[in-house]
Amino acid sequence: MKNITFTYRKMIFLLGCVFTLIVSCERELSDEAVFATFPTTAEVFIDAPVGLGTNFYFPYNGSKATAWTVDSEVSYQGNASMRFDVPNANDPDGNYAGAIFRIDGDGSGRDLSGFDALTFWAKATQAVTIGEIGFGEDFGENKYVTTRTNIDLTTNWVKYVVPIPDPSKLIQERGLLRYSAGGIGPVGNEVGYTFWLDEVKFEKLGTVAQPQPVILNGQDVIQQTFNGSIINLAASGLTQTFNVSGSNVTVNTTPAYFLFASSEPSVAAVDENGLVTILKKGTANVTAELAGVLAEGSLEVTSSGNLPAPPVPTQPAANVKSIYSDAYTAVTGSNFNPGFGGSTTQISEADLNGNKVQIYSNNNFTGIIFDSTVDASALSHLHIDIYTQQSSTSVEVQIRDVGGNGEIETNVFTGFPDGDDKDFRFTISGLTPGTWTSVEIPLDGDLAAQKNNLGALILAGGPDFILDNIYFYSE
Amino acid sequence: MIKKHKYKMRTKQVFVLLLLTVSFFVISSCETDETQTVANFTELVMSDEFNVDGAPDATIWGYDIGIGDNGWGNNELQYYTDRTENVTVQNGVLIITAKEEQFNGSSYTSARLLTKGKFEQTYGRFEARIRVPYGKGLWPAFWLLGDDSNGTQVWPQIGEIDIMEYVGDDPTRVFGTVHGPGYSGAEGITKSLELDGDRFDTGFHVFGIEWGPDYINYYVDDVLYNQITPEDVPGEWVFNRGPFYIILNVAVGGALPGSPNAETVFPQTMLVDYVRVYKNSYNQ
Repeated sequence: MKNITFTYRKMIFLLGCVFTLIVSCERELSDEAVFATFPTTAEVFIDAPVGLGTNFYFPYNGSKATAWTVDSEVSYQGNASMRFDVPNANDPDGNYAGAIFRIDGDGSGRDLSGFDALTFWAKATQAVTIGEIGFGEDFGENKYVTTRTNIDLTTNWVKYVVPIPDPSKLIQERGLLRYSAGGIGPVGNEVGYTFWLDEVKFEKLGTVAQPQPVILNGQDVIQQTFNGSIINLAASGLTQTFNVSGSNVTVNTTPAYFLFASSEPSVAAVDENGLVTILKKGTANVTAELAGVLAEGSLEVTSSGNLPAPPVPTQPAANVKSIYSDAYTAVTGSNFNPGFGGSTTQISEADLNGNKVQIYSNNNFTGIIFDSTVDASALSHLHIDIYTQQSSTSVEVQIRDVGGNGEIETNVFTGFPDGDDKDFRFTISGLTPGTWTSVEIPLDGDLAAQKNNLGALILAGGPDFILDNIYFYSE
Repeated sequence: MIKKHKYKMRTKQVFVLLLLTVSFFVISSCETDETQTVANFTELVMSDEFNVDGAPDATIWGYDIGIGDNGWGNNELQYYTDRTENVTVQNGVLIITAKEEQFNGSSYTSARLLTKGKFEQTYGRFEARIRVPYGKGLWPAFWLLGDDSNGTQVWPQIGEIDIMEYVGDDPTRVFGTVHGPGYSGAEGITKSLELDGDRFDTGFHVFGIEWGPDYINYYVDDVLYNQITPEDVPGEWVFNRGPFYIILNVAVGGALPGSPNAETVFPQTMLVDYVRVYKNSYNQ
């Protein structure tokens, strides 16, 4: 197939010229010659990998690279299956299993537009929930990554379906399969198991119907912001749901499947990645559709104009461990959108002439989770610059030390730190609307004795405020 | 998908004719999706093509209103109305809409049209082209009930012929059933037809029966999938008398489909492109 494709493509130019010049009335052939087409092969793995080439298995960073093998002892049909040995948490070669299966060769790919789902049969050594199985990831643009999450396997062979959000997009797809699976049990002590996939292929089932695309978790979000801010519609997840033979199957998707639109592009422009850029004062409504079906969920964004510039930090860099500031280098990356269950918070980052700020809207509770802990044993304060437009704004900042185990542990009944965690809570209020206020929070209370593993800032209430220059320092 | 069925039927045709020698299995080469030749009666006596926008033709259709007794005998959840929101004709199709709304103490509304007292017939071919709704709890039907002789006879003695029933959480399957004395309710004589690689809620399909003395033949599109005769029923055959009238409805909930669940999307619509009735050309 590869040879044919190559030959064909080399010939395109010549053929095009010849037929255009000599038999220009032969529309069909010259039209055809314009487009390179890719194989429509359905199979990914039957008794062996199908049409993937030589170099096709690419494990994720940190996963056990040898987790996948071909098992000729076990199969649903034929004489072999794909076997995945999910490692124990303490496996030195990697504490989970995960990889992509990508067709070998730049410029390769398959035309999957004639199918409506990836299907496979699967079973495991015990009843287990597999985190992610899907397709569309190629470690290139990863344009059409599609994933079904939390797939419950049993010890018997069962057929599973991963619907294609919009098959017409997949005319040259290299990423035919992806998976990610962790062990079972408490965090840090997971125990491994084995699962098998067989008869992995793309199919035109004809029973995948009634699409229900969703953005912004299906909510009609109203957000107030400022010029220069950028709101990522994909941050809260983009999904496509189909009714498959009577019950719903939802897959996570990428912006590339969607068509985004703004009612006022001069106020809020939205690009093909779902990034909404606020350009001037006014209100715009941003919506999306997938394969002609309007997505549930929308964004009504109102810009109040230009945001005043935040204060410039004055602490010498040597005295600072920064989390978020343009004045200092951050000591750790942080997750500003942890997606806590029950959180109503909308978070966006605005770029004001090169100075970035975090805009919080409709906050009940959210957090800034540090990628690695911060040792503040020699430091005395947390600095935050905060801006609000309402005099009633009141934000509680909880500075959390996560202890030696590095886990955020919270008592679900009281909301207070559990295990080896400690925190200090400080409420910011009495702010003057329309101006920036610098807040210096002492590392007091329980943190006075334990502040060498600071792991997060929890932000409760508000509900609408803007933060900048978040750093720990010593006086 | 229709085409696939036809292809299959043609390849099977020789065997079918040889083995079964059933004269009803006359399968010609097919031209359009709407064509089916599994039936023989061709003398049209009534049809509603639903070509006039607005309320359905009052000379053909009446309505059941309300919740009946025990949810029309099945603990159904909907309140039937004749409001435009629940029943209307637009763009050449009859639209029955099941809505989720509080209405006279019910949580859902829908519509049930019937030709009782307006069009009734014994024997013949009853056919409709329908696209059904989907989702757990939806229960559309195209069916016939025997006339009750001004209330002197009661179900199941009057007889019931369900030409098409379907539940919304099984979108690839429809079923046809007869009910009579000794074989009513869950004991009805039934058979289902399942599509391979297609669904009933994504396109129109033709549902019909051809009914004569001592037989009822069931078909979907160009597939004749069942014949019921007096030998198949454990009680009295109540279908050699009549007349029977037509009912089109969309029920919500009840014993058969179960209640709607979190995945059920409302409103849901059943679209009917036409209803056609042909005379029994053998015996009348």
